[in-house]
Amino acid sequence: MECSFGITGKDYVLIAADTSAGRSIVRMKSDENKIKTLGPHLAMAYGGEPGDTNNFAEYIERNLRLYHIRNHFPLLPPSASAWIRRTLAESIRSRKPYAVNLLLGGYDTTTDLPHLYWIDYLGTKAIVPYAAHGMGVYVSLSTMDKWWYEGMDKREGIEVLKKCVDEVEKRLTVALKFNCILIDKNGIHKIDLSEQDPIAKVEASPEETAVEAPNPPIEVGA
Amino acid sequence: MARRYDSRTTIFSPEGRLFQVEYAMEAISHAGTVLAVLSKEGIAMAAEKKVTGKLLDLSLAPGGSGMGGEGTEAWMGGGGEKIFLLNNNILAGLAGITSDANSLVNFARNSAQKHLFSYDEDIPVEMLVQRLCDMKQGYTQFGGLRPFGVALLYMGWDPLYGFQLYQSDPSGNYSGWKATCIGSNHSSAASLLKQDYKEDLTLEEAKSLCLKVMSKTMDSTKLSSEKLEFATMTLHPESKQPLAKIFRTSELDELLQKLELGGTPDEAIGAGEGSGSAVGNVAMST
Repeated sequence: MECSFGITGKDYVLIAADTSAGRSIVRMKSDENKIKTLGPHLAMAYGGEPGDTNNFAEYIERNLRLYHIRNHFPLLPPSASAWIRRTLAESIRSRKPYAVNLLLGGYDTTTDLPHLYWIDYLGTKAIVPYAAHGMGVYVSLSTMDKWWYEGMDKREGIEVLKKCVDEVEKRLTVALKFNCILIDKNGIHKIDLSEQDPIAKVEASPEETAVEAPNPPIEVGA
Repeated sequence: MARRYDSRTTIFSPEGRLFQVEYAMEAISHAGTVLAVLSKEGIAMAAEKKVTGKLLDLSLAPGGSGMGGEGTEAWMGGGGEKIFLLNNNILAGLAGITSDANSLVNFARNSAQKHLFSYDEDIPVEMLVQRLCDMKQGYTQFGGLRPFGVALLYMGWDPLYGFQLYQSDPSGNYSGWKATCIGSNHSSAASLLKQDYKEDLTLEEAKSLCLKVMSKTMDSTKLSSEKLEFATMTLHPESKQPLAKIFRTSELDELLQKLELGGTPDEAIGAGEGSGSAVGNVAMST
């Protein structure tokens, strides 16, 4: 049973994914990180067929890194989403398709806008303000419908996310733990959802909460 | 001495030179002048048309009978000789062998569409310049082929670096500029640009600087749409997306008259004498 969430706000994106890995009803690991940072302002939560997931995520990560090295600037979120979608769309028409679903979140440093994309293994892409993949879809979308609104600040976003996690705890038979990150103009930060006010920690010590991205951040735009 | 090393592009002479590449550059310095000026509000480009004459039938060609304009209309703009739209966000001015230039334009448009297909965005300006220069460089290294006898000015906009102006030559070198020039008289035009360029030009000032320098470098005293192509790259006032404009002959004449640099009255268009060099179907530098 898998579950991931993405929520956009005024100037940030939140991405959360559960940390369990296993087969059928057996959990083999409870600290699996299913969020990958793809650039200074880009990350994705991925799920699906075990094995395919890690292979595909690494393939994406390294190709985006290659693009950054070749062109001296990273792909912006809209173009990265287009490329990832196309990769999956080509994969599903091949002999051995990847069965991977993902939520791609990013912050566009040229327009100062957050972006969230819902992408599945069929090569479907939807631009969404909030989204979920996995079993969480059935219990959290209504929660997000109710509480999400345009232009939420970071603490309000965290509140909505916590409501979704609570709903998963309440309605699903399996107990899940969640990894969470926040992407804003300063980059990617780790969020501890068990804390009362995780944003306070990000604001107080941005270096400590920073998530190492595969690409060094560079100045872009004027 | 030089003769022994002339015929092969890929062989260095004892002095360490590649003659074929240098000859290609020479072909360009006889071509019609192309110059462009960068400003914060946009970029202006002017190009001197060489193939003119009253018997030349341009009615079906790009740029013929009122073709040109903004956005998608710019695909059919220019005289089909000097200024081309490579992508929504990139215009190019070419100097050199026209047939080589056409093939490069085709390659550039293909590259831009490939990028759009993969990434759903307009190709960044420098990336397209690099694509073309990689190919041009290849022709100076791999045997049995001659280099492209074409230099280009690229003016474009992308969200990463805003307005940009690049120049490239047959060797595959490229560089970014605030104002630059290729083709005949390029050195004198460059020094005029250097004198009159200011950091905080408006687009109108850039346009007029472009045409003023052009009027001083061209042989004829009065400029007119008959011997000139003109284009700008700006941002759409509302959508803030790049907007290419290749001036129609009537629009260019209007601009020239406003700047008091010439501009044929409408009824005289096409009646001009024009040198009409009678070498239409041989490789010629334009």
